[in-house]
Amino acid sequence: MTEHPSGDLCLEQLSKKFESFTAVNSLDLTIPEGSFFALLGPSGCGKTTTLRMIAGLEDPTSGTIRIGDVDITHVKAHRRNVNTVFQSYALFPHMKILDNVAFGLKRRGDKDAMRKAQEALDLVELGHTAKKKPNQLSGGMQQRVALARAIVNRPNVLLLDEPLGALDLKLRRQMQIELKRIQSEVGITFVHVTHDQEEAMTMADTVAVMNAGNLEQVGPPADLYDHPASTFVANFLGQSNLLTSRVTGLGGDGLATADCHGHEIQVAAEHIPTGVRDVFVGVRPEKLRLDRSGRNHLDGTVTDASFAGVATQYLVRLPWGHEVTVVQPNDGSPRARVGESVDVSWEPGSEFVLDASQDQDAGMFDTGLRDA
Amino acid sequence: MPSVGAALGGGGATAAPAQRPRRNWVPYALLLPGLLWLALFYATPMVTLGSQSLQEGNVYDGFVFTGNLSVYPQALSEYWPQLLRSLGYAATATFFGLLLAYPLAYFMAQKAGRWKNIMLILVIAPFFTSFLIRTLAWRIILSDGGVVSDFFERTGLINLLEWLTLTTGGTLLNSKFAVMAGLTYNFLPFMILPLYAALERLDPRYMEAARDLYASGWQTFRHVIWPLSLPGVVAGTLLTFIPATGDYINSRLLGNTQTVMIGQVIDSLFLRVLDYPQAAALSFILLIMIVTLVALYVRRAGTEELV
Repeated sequence: MTEHPSGDLCLEQLSKKFESFTAVNSLDLTIPEGSFFALLGPSGCGKTTTLRMIAGLEDPTSGTIRIGDVDITHVKAHRRNVNTVFQSYALFPHMKILDNVAFGLKRRGDKDAMRKAQEALDLVELGHTAKKKPNQLSGGMQQRVALARAIVNRPNVLLLDEPLGALDLKLRRQMQIELKRIQSEVGITFVHVTHDQEEAMTMADTVAVMNAGNLEQVGPPADLYDHPASTFVANFLGQSNLLTSRVTGLGGDGLATADCHGHEIQVAAEHIPTGVRDVFVGVRPEKLRLDRSGRNHLDGTVTDASFAGVATQYLVRLPWGHEVTVVQPNDGSPRARVGESVDVSWEPGSEFVLDASQDQDAGMFDTGLRDA
Repeated sequence: MPSVGAALGGGGATAAPAQRPRRNWVPYALLLPGLLWLALFYATPMVTLGSQSLQEGNVYDGFVFTGNLSVYPQALSEYWPQLLRSLGYAATATFFGLLLAYPLAYFMAQKAGRWKNIMLILVIAPFFTSFLIRTLAWRIILSDGGVVSDFFERTGLINLLEWLTLTTGGTLLNSKFAVMAGLTYNFLPFMILPLYAALERLDPRYMEAARDLYASGWQTFRHVIWPLSLPGVVAGTLLTFIPATGDYINSRLLGNTQTVMIGQVIDSLFLRVLDYPQAAALSFILLIMIVTLVALYVRRAGTEELV
């Protein structure tokens, strides 16, 4: 290690082509030092390739990778101050847990490797497993050892490649909290690759959504959820009801009117992309209500109701045949039955508006498959 | 409902003891052919050979069992140079075999991609020709005026071999060098195949993890690839060393009177000198030496840690 660059991790015009297939297409990203950053996207979107390029395990076809002012694009993997927690953990099966954790420190000639490794093991609460072999540990424990093995080196950037993918749901929740705790404790930049939108949103300060090698949108989870920039993001992050509409004019109070299949609805003018008239008005299921309390309302028929404890999810068919999803908290108000005629209403401003020239179902099919 | 469950449970409990634990004879039956084979073609000859070594007499008057143990120290004192030479040659062939086979097996297992199968076939291809013919072919390969011999002369390597007393008289044939080269060649597939099997199972992600953790290429090999391939190394070296020690074809066809190996001695004692007791005793000595060495080696390599 000749230099220990620190600072923001910057990817500039980063591309990776495998023969004719473009895995990553001219990616521009700045990941602030010390942040918890998530790269989110469906499988094959290029997020893992991006991660491997940062780790130095894959050579970019073009573009640069910098940490602070230091260009590390062509620095060999073993000379980068970047460590990875692999999806498969990749713990060395012939070494004891402590030797696994001390591996990186020893390669750099750290005299204090064993003590530091023991401390890192204690940090992930596995100090007692030091003398065991990886195959004697459960998946969740191996996962934490892999994490200890990476953070013990105090890298500038820690890369996590779907690190929780192999764990069951309960353990995954635990590890999500654990990871966040450790990140705030060590203050290292975490770049977390995942296809699980919930995981990305609960853990990361900033989420970058990738699709087919391209960056769709970057921002804090709440911004992405409330104001998706594309139908892909709208459908991939949570559920969205996209109503095909046409902007008809500007009203007062910063509101605009739109025609939605013959029904007049109001939307916040600032939400409308400039110069666009054919739009999708997007409303999240929990922002729709089954009454007339919102200023925008449509009538419909309940076609499905599924009770999920904290809330009930309804499918409501609108007069023109389109079905919307409505999520109502089970707060004691009467529940609608299948076949019942209902009002669907929402407040102007709680929507997002997207250019209707995009594919309405982008990002949806993949989500469906994953949940199945 | 609970009563039904209890009734069913009770029924099951009473039915269970009625099923007598049946003696399962299938595994033993499956062992039988192998055991029979071993008894007929391994145990019987061993006993015969053992008793033969303790007999006295000659082929014309017949042999009589006398329990004469002195044949062992006799054989050892007379043939220890050939014994040691055999171990030395076999060790050398094993060493160079490993040196040649490891990179090749690594390449085949990790890098060859769609060429993997073709390379495997090429490794096995020599087996389509008999051992004897392959060794005879080496007489032509190493003969004076041939490409190899030419190469050694031009590069001056022949002088190095002469200096190391591996060859004499400026020819490659009929020398220590030729015998060890033949042994290395003949047993190379037995080294390559187990190494290939071990390296094939090696998950490339371990190598990536090592690189990610600041290990250089050499360190990755030293700390990850080599230890994880040790089962293959142990298997390959044993499969090479053991048959190479007892080999008598290479030393006869490619060597000279100074390169006689123990297999050759046993062969001639049995078939030419017709001194059966001495031949049998030497066979046993060789067997014991190899078993001891292998036991020490396997213990040292700690195979139980490798799986």
